[in-house]
Amino acid sequence: MSEMKKKSEYLVEVNNLKQYFPIKTGFMKTTPLKAVDGVSFNIKAGETLGLVGESGCGKTTVGRSLLRLYTPTSGDVFFDGERVDKNSIGHMRKQMQMVFQDPYSSLNPRMTVEDIIGEPLDVHKLYSGKGERRDRILELMELVGLNAEHATRYAHEFSGGQRQRIGIARALATNPRFIVCDEAVSALDVSIQAQVINMFEELQEKLGVAYLFIAHDLLVVHHISDRIAVMYLGRIVEIADADDLNASPIHPYTQSLLSAVPYPDPKMAKERQRIILEGDVPSPLNMPKGCAFRTRCKYATERCAQECPTLTDRGNGHMVACFNK
Amino acid sequence: MDNTSKNLDEMPKKSPLSFQIDLKKFEKATDDEKKQQDVMSESTSFFKDGMRKLRKNPLAMGSIVVLVLIMAMIFIVPHIVPYSYSQIITVNGRRDKTASNMAPFEYSQLEQKYIEEGGKVFPHIMGTDEMGRDYFVRVIYGTRVSLAVGLFASIIVLLIGVLYGSISGYFGGKVDLVMMRIVDIIYSLPDMLMVILLSVVLRETLKVDNIAFLQKLGPNMISMFIVFGLLYWTGMARMVRGQILTIKQNEYVLAAKISGAKSGRIIRKHILPNCVSVIIVAGALQIPSAIFTESFLSFIGLGVQAPMPSLGSLANAGRAGLTAYPYKLIFPAVMICLITLAFNLLGDGLRDAFDPKLRRD
Ligand SMILES: Nc1ncnc2c1ncn2[C@@H]1O[C@H](COP(=O)(O)OP(=O)(O)O)[C@@H](O)[C@H]1O
Ligand code: SF4
Ligand SMILES: [Mg+2]
Repeated sequence: MSEMKKKSEYLVEVNNLKQYFPIKTGFMKTTPLKAVDGVSFNIKAGETLGLVGESGCGKTTVGRSLLRLYTPTSGDVFFDGERVDKNSIGHMRKQMQMVFQDPYSSLNPRMTVEDIIGEPLDVHKLYSGKGERRDRILELMELVGLNAEHATRYAHEFSGGQRQRIGIARALATNPRFIVCDEAVSALDVSIQAQVINMFEELQEKLGVAYLFIAHDLLVVHHISDRIAVMYLGRIVEIADADDLNASPIHPYTQSLLSAVPYPDPKMAKERQRIILEGDVPSPLNMPKGCAFRTRCKYATERCAQECPTLTDRGNGHMVACFNK
Repeated sequence: MDNTSKNLDEMPKKSPLSFQIDLKKFEKATDDEKKQQDVMSESTSFFKDGMRKLRKNPLAMGSIVVLVLIMAMIFIVPHIVPYSYSQIITVNGRRDKTASNMAPFEYSQLEQKYIEEGGKVFPHIMGTDEMGRDYFVRVIYGTRVSLAVGLFASIIVLLIGVLYGSISGYFGGKVDLVMMRIVDIIYSLPDMLMVILLSVVLRETLKVDNIAFLQKLGPNMISMFIVFGLLYWTGMARMVRGQILTIKQNEYVLAAKISGAKSGRIIRKHILPNCVSVIIVAGALQIPSAIFTESFLSFIGLGVQAPMPSLGSLANAGRAGLTAYPYKLIFPAVMICLITLAFNLLGDGLRDAFDPKLRRD
């Protein structure tokens, strides 16, 4: 092998990932739906990257093709320096996990909590006997704050927050180093959201896992993330340190997202002018030429209609894809 | 706007025009009360829960009782009643001409004489048929045959339909496309016409003479099974496929894939357990439909081989002397109604109990 396996500083590297879905648009005719159209980012070990954007912009698809639930149309994903593909994914499954959005459909209603959490252990045969399996499951339940007495119960007997904890325990079963949290708290009540987010942070401290934390709520993402990437129509338009992005958003889309965040502090809310987005999100089947945001952007110029802006560094690793300024 | 900085625990005041609930009327829950909310209800498994709901359904429970009684009858009656379904009534080895077409509980002349002489004759509970055979035994045997046909046909339909439907649904894509077009074609054939044609053709071509068991059933019965196997599985296959397509969408299947589970494990642990209830319900509803088809075929003379009775052929024979002997049509007809109704109600009950999502309102 001429290509040396480079040990990079990043745990997860995504290079120009594209995921198109063929959509039937007529008799015997399909058009590619560009759900993810050239996304690149990196995540260090133990770090959290937040991924925000309106619903339908391709966040879930990024998470899923990253974990090879879909076969990406093009682009590379590296995990710990090794390229993720059809063959290598088998032994990487233990290292990469996912927590799902819907606490109801993500747990099999015909299985007990014990068997749900134990499934990854069963698949990878991570125990030598029944006792060891049970001990590990109880340990995991304790780790996520579930009552170990409830191990033999069925998932439908638990509340939404508790169900999400079961899903997290399942994700942690194989001691992964990377977890994709796809809107893991979006379906929960606000008070429970806070508990679960705090738990994610505690688990990260204890276990050193890295997260790709997907959400449509910037406030939630800002709280937990080290860095934040903002997505619009299948592309990342801005990526920066969480505080940096929050304090000085550059991309017009990020600015409008931030202005829509309801701030608990009225003073801060007043300082921030509300920018209301006009128009609808264009269909990903029929994307505007040039900058995808130009149909809703108040700074749009002639150039924006011709060229597609690429991510460029505006200092301190604050990357923005916009021609403005 | 300085009230925001005040104590957050204080309840905000409701503006008189607001539609909002007046929070002043509520008290904050204490920690103890919040804890109580967390205490969970009695643990119930899926099966126990379904059985509890089923037991509360009087129609379904009534149907079970009726079906159990019928089952008991078809097993016990042939041991108690001293006549067989093909036996022409004789007294002391002599055939009695007056023993044909008797009303329920009537005795023929020879039998009456025999009783007067001190002999014992088992009563003809439903009378006799035109050849002087005990009608009660024939109805019971007919029920037995019809039930057996219904059960076996349903099993055939279930096996083919579930296998076909799960392959089509799980693998999806082009496989699914081709498999479903085949189903569409079979589905679009006029089924009664096909059943009749196939029965006729198969009766001519099937050679069952050398197998004793099959010979007793007759080529018609065999052809009926084949017909069911060829035609009636399509509905089941469609339903199973649809069910699997929905289950496949669930995130728990994705979670299993991410955990590294292979197709076999996913089908076994996640997909089948979640459609078993639907399959059982559909199977239960398939039985009366098969019984009905069997009765229909027997009624038009394509059913089981004489002298073996089935409810349909009995009804057909009863039709001949309808004005003089109406009970000969009524007994098998009532039996058909009872069985199909009971299975249908039971199937509905099972569906409500185990699969409330499927309920048709
Ligand atoms: N399996 C799929 N087949 C076809 N289109 C899909 C599929 N998954 C997602 N899409 C489409 O891709 C786009 C992005 O979807 P998604 O990644 O779920 O967005 P988000 O998670 O940000 O709400 C949507 O337009 C959606 O309709
Ligand atoms: S590139 Fe042009 S249209 Fe796109 S966000 Fe920047 S200014 Fe707006
Ligand atoms: Mg999503």
